[in-house]
Amino acid sequence: MINPDVFRNPLFGVSVTVIAYALASAVHRRFHWAHALLLTCGGIVALLLAGGIPYESYKVGGDLIAFFLGPATVALAVPLYKQWRRIRSHAGAVLTSVAAGSIGGLASAGLLVWLAGGSRLILLSMMPKSVTTPISIELSRELGGSPELTAVLTVLAGLLGSVIGPATLRRLGVRRDLAIGLAMGTSSHGIGTARVIRESELQGGASGLAMALAGIFTSLWLVPVYWWLGAHAGQM
Amino acid sequence: MYGLAILLFFNFVGVLLHEWARIPLPGSVLGLILFAAGLFSGLIKLQWVESTSHLLLRHMLLFFAPVVVGAMALSGILRQQWPSITLALTGSLLIGMLITGWTASALMRGRDDQP
Repeated sequence: MINPDVFRNPLFGVSVTVIAYALASAVHRRFHWAHALLLTCGGIVALLLAGGIPYESYKVGGDLIAFFLGPATVALAVPLYKQWRRIRSHAGAVLTSVAAGSIGGLASAGLLVWLAGGSRLILLSMMPKSVTTPISIELSRELGGSPELTAVLTVLAGLLGSVIGPATLRRLGVRRDLAIGLAMGTSSHGIGTARVIRESELQGGASGLAMALAGIFTSLWLVPVYWWLGAHAGQM
Repeated sequence: MYGLAILLFFNFVGVLLHEWARIPLPGSVLGLILFAAGLFSGLIKLQWVESTSHLLLRHMLLFFAPVVVGAMALSGILRQQWPSITLALTGSLLIGMLITGWTASALMRGRDDQP
């Protein structure tokens, strides 16, 4: 019998993640419809379940991998810089579309939860889910939602967008690289950006810019919502 | 290594700025903005950071894997009210994505000089 403590060694989480990712990337190269991130994570979850390995043990090594999200996010300035001349000539379209998309995303999130009869806690936790996780959990806390629930919803929104986003956009008439990048960054933050940057530097640069802009716009759009909630605090 | 040192430096400055100046953006996004300013001002040369950035960005999905596994592990909290959650998550994702994509496409129409 293996001592379960061995899984608490960071080497376990790190190597499982890298091996799963390498295998998933190979599958993705053969079968282009297979989504690398979905395969990687599905494989890891299946392994943890099959081996009865607690998520907390996996997390020791997983955190080391996730650490690189910081410098990778900073690195998004490079495609932005290299593609800047093409992006700047459409500055109006960039600002208008990200502003409109972020208000549409948060308003429809709230409206759909309400229409489907979801609770107030779910509604408030759902509204900020389109922006990058550190911003969305902060906004959720200020709104009175559940930051944990928002963190999960944010990641799932990013994952779903990165799986169905580019194909859906193309099918529905969004074909320019710049427009695809902006739509992915606005609705699916870093996970959507990580998907499109593998295919096009312009899409990646636009998506990284849209992710940062959507974080700022969404924070601004939610200000009137705080006032409204404050004014109606006792009534809901 | 030069490139990684520069990226980590801007990441850390962003985190410090977030903590001290209480700017309501995450440290990595502040680092992105500062690093972009460094590139545009010419303080940072593209060739110092290009290969490291390329490597990190090409494999950015890998760095998200533990975060997504965490969300899958914690997704039990979605069990109550999952129909409304699924509807709102999928619906608002598509609405936000398509509004952005269609608006950007419409505003760029007729200007075929650029993509």
